[in-house]
Amino acid sequence: MIKLNNVIKCFGTQQVVNSLNLEIPDKKTVVIIGRSGCGKSVLLKHMIGLLKPDSGSIVVKGKDIAKLDTAGLDDIRKHFGMLFQSAALFDSLTVAENVGFALTRFTKKSPAEIRQLVKEKLALVGLENVEEKKPSELSGGMKKRVGLARAIAMDPEIMLYDEPTTGLDPIMSDIINELIVNLQKQLKMTSVVVTHDMKSAYKIGDKIAMMYEGRIIEEGTPPEIQNTNNPTVQQFINGSSKGPIQVLG
Amino acid sequence: MLKNVFEYTGKKVTVFFFEAGKITSLFGQVIYWTFKKPSEVKSIFEQMVIIGNKSLGVVTITSLSTGMILALQTGTAIERKISGAANMLGGIVSLALTRELAPVLIGLVMAGKIGSAIAAEIGTMNVTEQVDALKTMATNPVKYLAVPRFIAAIFMLPLLTIYADLLGTLGGLFISLNIFDGTTGSYFESLNMYMRLDDVFKGLFKTIFFGAIIAVIGSHKGFETEGGAEGVGKSTTSSVVISSMLILVTDYILTAFLW
Repeated sequence: MIKLNNVIKCFGTQQVVNSLNLEIPDKKTVVIIGRSGCGKSVLLKHMIGLLKPDSGSIVVKGKDIAKLDTAGLDDIRKHFGMLFQSAALFDSLTVAENVGFALTRFTKKSPAEIRQLVKEKLALVGLENVEEKKPSELSGGMKKRVGLARAIAMDPEIMLYDEPTTGLDPIMSDIINELIVNLQKQLKMTSVVVTHDMKSAYKIGDKIAMMYEGRIIEEGTPPEIQNTNNPTVQQFINGSSKGPIQVLG
Repeated sequence: MLKNVFEYTGKKVTVFFFEAGKITSLFGQVIYWTFKKPSEVKSIFEQMVIIGNKSLGVVTITSLSTGMILALQTGTAIERKISGAANMLGGIVSLALTRELAPVLIGLVMAGKIGSAIAAEIGTMNVTEQVDALKTMATNPVKYLAVPRFIAAIFMLPLLTIYADLLGTLGGLFISLNIFDGTTGSYFESLNMYMRLDDVFKGLFKTIFFGAIIAVIGSHKGFETEGGAEGVGKSTTSSVVISSMLILVTDYILTAFLW
C-alpha cells in the first residue's frame, strides 16, 4: 500500500500540493484525474522519491520515502516501474538496451537470458523485431509501449503511469489502455495512473481520485465518480467550461 | 540609485556563490562515484572515443596552425635584429607549445567541442525526463552520466595535448625549413638545448585539470537545464563560457605554482 499523509509541496510561492491525503490499496489501479497543471505529475513524482514534500509523509512498503537517503531510495525504487509521459527512452541506446537496462545493471543474468527476457517483455506490449531500433526511429505509440516494456522489465510490484495516453490517437490510446488492464491482470501490480483522459480512467481504474487545488476532492469507483453530486467533479468529467472550476484566459 | 547598485551587486554575488557551491558539490559527487564500484567501463570507453578519436581533426588543425604561426611570427621578429632565426626556432616553438599554448588551446577548443556536447546531451536528457527515468531505475545520474565523461576527459586531454605538442613542433619545423632556410638538425638541436622533459610534463599536468573543468561544468550545466530547447541552448553556451574562463584562471594559478 502507498499512503500519502498531509503532503504539502510548494514551488516558490505556488502551493501545488496542499495537505493531500490518499491511499493506494495493494494490487489495485488508482487513477488520479485533474486538470492539466493541477499537480498530478508532481504527486506521482513524490511517490517514487523524485520530489520530496515540504511536509507530510509518503509511506511505501512501510517506509516513509521522504526520509530515505539515496541508498534507501534506490533500494525501494527497485520495486517500482514508471512510464513517463514522453516515454523518456534513452536516446543513445537501442530498444533492447533500453528495455534491458535494469536487468543488465541489477541482475546476474547472462546476455542471452537478458535478450530473451527483453523479447518477452516486448511481446507483452505487442512489439516484435524492434530490438535494434533507436528511439528516434519509433512512432509515439511504439515509444510508449517500449517505455512500458522497460518499466515492467524487473517485474515491479508498483507501477506508476504518467499520462499514458497523452499525445496518442484514440485507437493507440485504447491499445495502451488494454495493455495496462492486461498487465494488471497478469502481473498483479499496484498501479497509479495520472491522466485527464476520462475514457482511459473509466477503463483502467479500480478507483478514481480527483485532484483539485492541490487536494483530493473526491474518490470512488468509476460508477461512483460518474454519479457524484460534486459539481467540480461533474464539470471536469463532462468536460464543461461552465462550473465551479475557473478557466482563466 | 545607490540602493539599486547594492541590490544588483548583492544579487550577482549571491548567484555566483550559489552556482560555485553547486559546482563544488557536483565535483565532490563525481570524485565519490569515480571510486565507487561497479565502474561504467563501457560508457567510459565510449566517451574516450568521443572525446579522443573524434576530436583528432580539430586538434590537428589547431596545433599545426599554432606551431606554424608561432614559428612564422617569432622567426620574423628575430630576423629583424639578428640573422639565423632558424637556429632558435625549434626551442622557442616547442617551449611555448608544451608549456603553455598546446595545453591552453586544446583546453579551450575542447571546452567548445566537448563541454558544449556534454551540456547539450545531459541537458536534453534532463528536459525529456531521461534523467528522472535513470533515477527511477535506481541509477545515480552522476555516476552514469558525469563520471564516465569526467574520467574520459582527464585521460584524453593529456593524450590530445601530447599529439598537439608533436604536431605543433612539426608545424614549426615546416616553417623553419621553408621560410627561414633552416635545417632539421638545427631545429631539433635548438629544441634539445632549450627544452626540458618537465616542461612537457607540467603542461600535461595542467590538462588534467582542464579536462576535469570541462566535464564537471558541462555536466553541471546539463543537470541544471530547464525549459526545453531554449534552456538547452543557454546551458550549452554558458558551459563553454564558464569552462573557458575557469581554464584561463586555473592556467594562471597552476603556472604560478609549477614554474
